Amino acid sequence: MKVLYVMLPITLLLGFSFVATFIWITLKGQYDDLDTPAHRILIPEEIPKYPKE
Amino acid sequence: MSLNQPNKIQTQQPQQMDTFTYDDDIVRKFVLATVAFGVIAMLVGVFIALQLAFPALNFGISWLTFGRLRPLHTNAAIFAFAGNAVFAGIYYSTQRLLKTRMYSDTLSKIHFWGWQLIILAAAITLPLGLTVGKEYAELEFPITNLITVIWVVFAINFFGTLIKRREKHIYVAVWFYIATILTTAVLHVINTIQIPVSLWKSYPIYAGVQDAMVQWWYGHNAVAFVLTTPFLGLMYYFLPKAAEKPVYSYRLSIVHFWSLVFIYIWAGPHHLLYTALPDWAQTLGMIFSLMLWAPSWGGMINGLLTLRGAWNKVRVEPILKFFVAGITFYGMSTFEGPLLSIKSVNALAHYTDWIIGHVHGGALGWNGFISFGMIYWLVPRLWKTELYSKRLANVHFWTGFLGILLYMISMWAAGITQGLMLRAVDAAGKLQYPDFVETTLRILPLYYVRALGGALFLGGFLIMVYNLAKTLCNAPKNLADEKVCAPRLESEAPAQVFQQLQNQKPHRVLEGLPTVFAVLSLVAILVGTVIELIPTFMADEFVQVNPQLKPYTALQLHGRDIYVREGCYLCHSQMVRPMVAEFLRYGAPSKLEESIFDHPFQWGSRRTGPDLARVGGKYPDSWHFRHMRNPREINAQSIMPTYPWLYRDKIDFSILPRKLSVMKTMGVPYAENDISAAENNARAEAQAIAEGLKNEEDGTGIENKEIVALISYLQRLGQDYKKGLIK
Repeated sequence: MKVLYVMLPITLLLGFSFVATFIWITLKGQYDDLDTPAHRILIPEEIPKYPKE
Repeated sequence: MSLNQPNKIQTQQPQQMDTFTYDDDIVRKFVLATVAFGVIAMLVGVFIALQLAFPALNFGISWLTFGRLRPLHTNAAIFAFAGNAVFAGIYYSTQRLLKTRMYSDTLSKIHFWGWQLIILAAAITLPLGLTVGKEYAELEFPITNLITVIWVVFAINFFGTLIKRREKHIYVAVWFYIATILTTAVLHVINTIQIPVSLWKSYPIYAGVQDAMVQWWYGHNAVAFVLTTPFLGLMYYFLPKAAEKPVYSYRLSIVHFWSLVFIYIWAGPHHLLYTALPDWAQTLGMIFSLMLWAPSWGGMINGLLTLRGAWNKVRVEPILKFFVAGITFYGMSTFEGPLLSIKSVNALAHYTDWIIGHVHGGALGWNGFISFGMIYWLVPRLWKTELYSKRLANVHFWTGFLGILLYMISMWAAGITQGLMLRAVDAAGKLQYPDFVETTLRILPLYYVRALGGALFLGGFLIMVYNLAKTLCNAPKNLADEKVCAPRLESEAPAQVFQQLQNQKPHRVLEGLPTVFAVLSLVAILVGTVIELIPTFMADEFVQVNPQLKPYTALQLHGRDIYVREGCYLCHSQMVRPMVAEFLRYGAPSKLEESIFDHPFQWGSRRTGPDLARVGGKYPDSWHFRHMRNPREINAQSIMPTYPWLYRDKIDFSILPRKLSVMKTMGVPYAENDISAAENNARAEAQAIAEGLKNEEDGTGIENKEIVALISYLQRLGQDYKKGLIK
């Protein structure tokens, strides 16, 4: 049970820091454009794709 | 190019254009290895499934028995099949996502051939019984050292490629590959620290509860970072390519990636619920396993919703069928897993076939189907020809799908049935089914169904092999690497990077700094590691071992090594849980002091047969003598294999002092006298046991045979508790 004295503060610290980080990056505009990144994978590569060649 | 920097006008001088090729030859090699070893892994799987249903299939041959073949199956499925599939997918997608050829062709080849050598070594050593006795970490130290070397080769090759990339911001698939490579290295190195006794025998430095904690921190995270994260990476690359649709949500990919890699690490103790593991660790494992549901389903949602507007394609395209079904099975497994981690559910499910059903839903459904979808997409492109038959690919899908359903449903039924029967207590407070074998008999028909399910899955796989073979026959002979043109990346000064952090999206900046990304991923997985493992290693502070508690005698230790060698822990647990039915069936709950000297721990994870923690003194030596020779002589319905070689093979007494000496190095309290007199003491003890058995059929001349050592070990189990030496 004594281990809780260490675990609880660490847990709270980690939890708050994750929430804080999330809020920070949202305010910084991380999620303002959600469409463009998803399309990166579909940009045609410079090589001819099978089976056209 | 403009997507990289949407707000900047391109006014600088023309960027340096490079012409290069992608290494497709290495991908072809890994694909072929995946398919070849998939056949072997599944063939062994079907065989061992049949052995459970028909024990005669053990044939009384040591290298064919279930206990030796099961690790061959698991290692082949995880490392030979899934491993090669992951490498194929990573080598193909990483080069294209980073717009560069692999860092070193030589390292690629060393990685490939080194990995296949590891598999070959496993295939030879495991049936020979050369095993450490820890699940998914059975391979002895010469092979685990080779794994470390090859993994480092892979890591250098991968991170070298990352550094020389021509695409500044790393795509989500690459995040998952980074987490996979780093975490697997940490897991493997920490769990395989062993002290050798001889070239092919070693003991882990951990014992008892500590070994349990390290093993299942490793074991569950092997699932996490070998069977989940790389496959999520593959999903993020191959699914949108195959569906020609963008990934559903960038935001979700950020949130679920970081929460997944952070939370997964803590889930290990859910394999140890209601065991002698301290309560705080069990609770952590349960809670974090439940939380893990969310980021896992984040991955599933991102995958499935990528098909928005493309569901009509799923109807006709087998590749998309495999991906959709695969991701759905992933969702099922990652819902079932957290449920099974709830202590009250686990109380029923632990040690039963429900867990095996859960595993195979994930292994066949998620790992299998995603691999198949990827292979069907890759092969035509890599061999520059059309797939021989789309119809056969569809047949493969439905056959495999049916196989998975039969497998899972039969194992759910078997697990819940056996679990309920084993814990049933009647109105008078007695066990409703006092004979364990009654439960075996009841679920045996379901073993036939499971074997059929596995056979169907294998059948589908063989249809794929035929399809691919015919495809390759039509392939052109000259397969040149794909030629690409891309601008070189400008290097940036730290001041520039810092400035970016001020006014650009933070995670996007991070995606442009893969080294920082890698370090942060490593930190994420180390948090859970440190918090769970350090207190476990400080267990000495709260574990008081009675100084009168003696470790195993030399003969008992040798018998224990035979127990490990034959894989007895795969069917028999040694951990009585604090439950009424277990108290009635086996005795008092196991305390962690009872296994404190056990290198490796053998708490077990399955009860195909009864728990053995308190079997010492329960039966006379003659019972064990007859039982190991032919279990059906004692119990006609038993499905346990026979062990005739234990009655022929001699004990190597000369190695016993070395064994005790290694144990002493690791802290087991052997006296110097114990070590120097080990051989003589063991011979005397063996002689005494043989004396008592001389009237048995074939009971003469056994004082130097292995069966005597095994009997001495079995008769020791639980005796310390009986003598009051455990608090």
